[in-house]
Amino acid sequence: MEAFKETLVSELGNETAFTIPVLGGIPVAESVVVTWIVMAVWMVLALVLTRNLSVRRPGKAQLALETAVSFLNGFVKDNLGKHWRPFAPYLGTVALYIGLSNIIGIFGLTPPTKDISVTAALAVMSMLLIYGAQFRYNGLLGGMKKFAEPMPLLVPINLMEVIIRPLALCMRLFGNVLGAFIIMEMIKLLVPAVVPAVLSIYFDLFDGLIQMVVFVFLTTLFTGEGIKEEE
Amino acid sequence: MSIGIIAAGIAVLTGIGAGVGIGIATGKASEAIARQPEAAGKINSALLMGCALAEGTAIFGFITALLIIFVG
Repeated sequence: MEAFKETLVSELGNETAFTIPVLGGIPVAESVVVTWIVMAVWMVLALVLTRNLSVRRPGKAQLALETAVSFLNGFVKDNLGKHWRPFAPYLGTVALYIGLSNIIGIFGLTPPTKDISVTAALAVMSMLLIYGAQFRYNGLLGGMKKFAEPMPLLVPINLMEVIIRPLALCMRLFGNVLGAFIIMEMIKLLVPAVVPAVLSIYFDLFDGLIQMVVFVFLTTLFTGEGIKEEE
Repeated sequence: MSIGIIAAGIAVLTGIGAGVGIGIATGKASEAIARQPEAAGKINSALLMGCALAEGTAIFGFITALLIIFVG
């Protein structure tokens, strides 16, 4: 038990991959290096899959891509109303990044989302998106007024949500990935063969993708709350 | 340390609430889809949102327990 706790504590800490030897050494965390790998994978895929696009005779890859992109656009449009266009690329990028980050554990790398700094950064970006959009499309005064909706009595609660929303987004992603990771470690300790492989499908693949959907969905929904016009 | 372990166990009891909540939500969603299969898309997205929010409490409890065990 003690040995297990030791390994768990060492796994929980965020390791420094290497140090840049300038200005007295800048530590580069492992999550940053894995993020670079994720970025490289998506960039290569984007370049390879968008070669030879054609209007008249689309290939299989092009059809799949077009379906995915129009699904994303439709989803964002449903939730954001008429100002949907600038948000779709950002939300799609976040979805791709979180999705691959969560399932990269299958390939033996540490998921970057296990590092609370990464999820905190994502949550802060979501917060800036939500409230930036609210002020951008309603004006300064209109954006303030949105805090008094649906009734002025709720202003303190709406202001508290400015902090609570990103905190909950950050903790939800981090807690889920970390929880799945710890359970997998425990199972590996108890039964080292076969069983972890089966459960890894649930904990690494399914749970990771669900958390990706939840993060993007909640960001879209909160943004839509701030900018959507009532019909 | 043993007191800390008990405290962590109590913190993880938040899971009960999340479990009951998600169970009720999913049950109602299945009922709603059975009544109106054409509204399945909207019901699913509302269910996902509710489950994510309900699950949040369990996650907070879990992180509290981890903090108690490993930090406190």
